[in-house]
Amino acid sequence: MNVLKQLGLALFIIGIGIFTGSIFTGNFSLTEAELNEFLASKNYKSELIKDELKKATVTKENLNIFEFSSRVRNAYKTSNNYYDALIAKYDAEKNWDKKGEQYQYKIYGKPHTLSYEIAKKAGSGFVKENSGLLWWLTFGLSIIGALLFIIPNLVLLGRPGIKNNGIYHKASTNRGGIAWVVFVYLVVFYLLLYFMPDYIVNWTYILDPISIFLNGGPASQWFVYGFLYCTVMVVMAVRMYIKYRHNKYQIIRTTSVLFFQIVFAFLIPEIMTSLNMPGYDFKNAFPLDYDFFFEWNLDNLRNRGAIGLFILVWGTILTLIIVPVMVYFFGKRWYCSWVCGCGGLAETLGDPYRQHSDKSLNAWKLERWLVHGVLLFSLVMTLVTLYCYFSGAEAFLGIKSQWIKDTYSFLIGAWFAGVIGTGFYPIFGNRVWCRFGCPLAAYLGLVQRFKSRFRITTNGGQCISCGNCSTYCEMGIDVRSYAQKGENIIRASCVGCGICSAVCPRGVLKLENGPETGRINPNDILLGNDVDLMDLVNQK
Amino acid sequence: MEEHIVIIGNGISGVTAARHIRKLSDKKITIVSAETEYFFSRTALMYVYMGHMKFEHTQPYENWFWKKNKIHLKKGFVKQIETKSKTLHFAEGDTLEYDKLIIATGSKPNKFGWPGENLKGVMGMYHKQDLENLETYAPNNKVCKRAVVVGGGLIGIELAEMLHSRHIPVTFLVRESSFWNGVLPEAESAIINREIMANGIDLRLSTNLKEIISDENEQVKSVIIEETGEEIPCNVVGLTAGVSPNIDFIKDSEIKTGRGVKVNRYLETNIPDVYAIGDCAEQQEGINQRRPIEAVWYTGRMMGETLAQTICGNRIQYNPGHWFNSAKFFDIEYQTYGWVWAQPKANEARFYWEHADGNKCIHINYNKNTREFIGINTFGIRMRHEFFDKMLNEKQSVDYVLEHLADANFDPEFYKQYERNIVLKFNKENNTNIQLKKKSWRRIFA
Ligand SMILES: Cc1cc2nc3c(=O)[nH]c(=O)nc-3n(C[C@H](O)[C@H](O)[C@H](O)COP(=O)(O)OP(=O)(O)OC[C@H]3O[C@@H](n4cnc5c(N)ncnc54)[C@H](O)[C@@H]3O)c2cc1C
Ligand code: SF4
Ligand code: SF4
Repeated sequence: MNVLKQLGLALFIIGIGIFTGSIFTGNFSLTEAELNEFLASKNYKSELIKDELKKATVTKENLNIFEFSSRVRNAYKTSNNYYDALIAKYDAEKNWDKKGEQYQYKIYGKPHTLSYEIAKKAGSGFVKENSGLLWWLTFGLSIIGALLFIIPNLVLLGRPGIKNNGIYHKASTNRGGIAWVVFVYLVVFYLLLYFMPDYIVNWTYILDPISIFLNGGPASQWFVYGFLYCTVMVVMAVRMYIKYRHNKYQIIRTTSVLFFQIVFAFLIPEIMTSLNMPGYDFKNAFPLDYDFFFEWNLDNLRNRGAIGLFILVWGTILTLIIVPVMVYFFGKRWYCSWVCGCGGLAETLGDPYRQHSDKSLNAWKLERWLVHGVLLFSLVMTLVTLYCYFSGAEAFLGIKSQWIKDTYSFLIGAWFAGVIGTGFYPIFGNRVWCRFGCPLAAYLGLVQRFKSRFRITTNGGQCISCGNCSTYCEMGIDVRSYAQKGENIIRASCVGCGICSAVCPRGVLKLENGPETGRINPNDILLGNDVDLMDLVNQK
Repeated sequence: MEEHIVIIGNGISGVTAARHIRKLSDKKITIVSAETEYFFSRTALMYVYMGHMKFEHTQPYENWFWKKNKIHLKKGFVKQIETKSKTLHFAEGDTLEYDKLIIATGSKPNKFGWPGENLKGVMGMYHKQDLENLETYAPNNKVCKRAVVVGGGLIGIELAEMLHSRHIPVTFLVRESSFWNGVLPEAESAIINREIMANGIDLRLSTNLKEIISDENEQVKSVIIEETGEEIPCNVVGLTAGVSPNIDFIKDSEIKTGRGVKVNRYLETNIPDVYAIGDCAEQQEGINQRRPIEAVWYTGRMMGETLAQTICGNRIQYNPGHWFNSAKFFDIEYQTYGWVWAQPKANEARFYWEHADGNKCIHINYNKNTREFIGINTFGIRMRHEFFDKMLNEKQSVDYVLEHLADANFDPEFYKQYERNIVLKFNKENNTNIQLKKKSWRRIFA
């Protein structure tokens, strides 16, 4: 068994190694015809860009992606610098007409994104030409390796039951060296994905055939991400199934997040795209889906006929009615740990790290400021955007629509949700984003705290203050502090993962939906003591 | 000047008393302990060794809690209590004066004068220091090739599970003919025997320790079995044959002691302004069929809650409600409400249901004349404390309890439920026609 595990680990590392190494392979260049075709599709007005790009990309040299990217970015920069200089010159001459004319020649867009678009067309080499083989060497090996590593747990963990043995002895799960390596890997991954997609263009080649099969077009970096996301979740769900095989709540919940990720977040949007419809994730509710009310999305949906309109209505109803009503009946868990994609990853890939959430009172204070701050931020942003959209203004309340959208996308959309949200798993736990950053979670939390039938019932006086529940609460809730007072746990942040209940050795905690009266029950004296004393103290 | 309340012992009983005194008053409070600086949960020691938690996770309150609540903490070992001058003398040489003293010094592991019981590698499992000891002598199965656990109680089985989690072979010596059968009825006890063996523990029932043999370094080499004379080589011996009150330092004071510190129903000792609570307190006689000394977490907490009232001017008796308890035997959870004795008493009848997998059962005790429900053991199925507390308060019949058993279920959602089978079996055995009612929130929260 242990040999199998070692073998699995080795295969996994080889797979990841090839995957990572593939970034550095391939040659990037264009023929003149290809460049012309690209330029034709772009319609740039700049008179320099053609020559600059030609110098940069039409070459016999063997450029790797980094050299290629740097040349392309330089080409755009040279062109833009040229017009910037003209602008400055006319500005100094107070020649406003001339100055104004120059802006049309500038090329907007993030340098790495511009470079990605060309790179996607410019690559050649082993990876691109052997995508099938490469798929097996990367995804294939990693999946097989990971499964070989995970499945022996069926025997090695011992009989079904909570087996958190050694979690705090292992470097991987106790913030040791391995955890830090994973941390750095994940952070770099997200930085590349969000900010330097051209560097990972080779990965898209590996998935081109699958993408073409699903939606008719070649893979983008987001397709890679989506596919990877589903793969990781499936593999880590196998781990969950084994670890919690005695716990039906966990099994069903894991199946649910898996289903919603694969079908709703991945397949349906891809298929919609292939049918020439707007690709939409029907479960992704605003304000987590923060660009739902952005102009481009509204325009897009309005121009796509009945389905576009349906999506518009559905998205609005989802947030305004379905979400709060479901939270009333079931708690926010129905979304956060049964449906949501971020939650899905947290509950599968993130499960080994759940114990790292900070349980201190200070962390709780920070959480409330941050998460409600982000909610406010997203609402203000949407308000400004919608006002500007319908009025045609550029700003509202002195806030520029474009500016606030860009800022939010960068700070919250990319850094918080991605780089920090997932990259920080191995060190700060698996729900950093959900706890501190997600505006939807903040909204659901408010409903859960003040108007819901959901609670975690504390079983009378049975708690022995052991601390398992608090340790394994991914949301950093000090569950014990309630349980040891005989008090139900009613917290805005609770995502209802059910792990506190699973790890409690005394059967103290039960997630349940019931009448609102008696849901919140602060106690001083616990059940089991003198009845008169309980009356005296608890009913003052 | 506010009264100075000094509490010896920062376990659950002492800390609960301190917290409640603080809620009720502005008195000056000092908690003394020799073991650790901050309160931790003794019941969680096993999880630290097993790697489920770090020691800091066993501390129920953050470190700022004590200062914020003006509860002074003093680390030191009290070696003598001078009740005339109301002074504590510390082993470290200093002294502390009190106006009221609460003794909450807990227990210590029993030792029965076995030869070799003080060797290196022989330890109890009670204090934090025991855990550190275990970490030294049994860090893994290379250093500790076998461990012998002596004494089949709750701590013994926990220690066996701990060692097992690090793949250390364990021999478990149990004096009784079946695990914990002084407390558990035969059927439940048999389930646990099976569970222990299924985990690969070398369980030896009806087996006593004769002596512990030393190697040349004053370290354990093996143990000898009383009955057979068999020698079992081992590197660690865990002594878990029960606990007794940790009160040696009080024995030569004026405070009256028996096995524990003798207290009346008000938790007062024979000396005014001196009280005792928790594991170390001994009632003149057991309350409501309880034992005079109750070494469990919950009773320590309840005594703390109660005594705080008395200290703050509302003198009330310690009057615990219905008995309840819980434990976990490897993977099998156990809860009990009311009384289910190992042997039925003359007026008692029993109903037992066991699941085919042999890991779940319930055992109900009731009065065979009046049919009043007396208690329940449940293994592998979680049940609601409030439900049974209510049944016992209302003196409901066994039939009523079974009829409403669905209200009692406390297992996580989607778990298979067995109430129907249970009621069916009861009906069959007793010629009754009880109809299981559907779970009702109204009843549960009534
Ligand atoms: C491994 C283990 C598992 C357990 N599991 C359970 C369980 O699941 N359920 C349950 O109900 N009970 C359980 N118990 C029993 C429960 O932990 C005890 O009943 C409870 O901790 C007793 O609390 P206490 O406050 O009376 O004393 P303690 O917690 O023992 O605290 C007394 C403190 O006083 C200190 N002290 C003693 N003498 C002096 C002195 N002279 N000077 C200074 N300080 C002194 C001690 O060092 C100690 O820190 C378990 C016990 C152990 C050891
Ligand atoms: S309180 Fe329990 S159910 Fe809620 S998030 Fe924490 S561990 Fe999950
Ligand atoms: S895990 Fe259970 S017994 Fe332990 S502190 Fe939490 S509620 Fe209490």
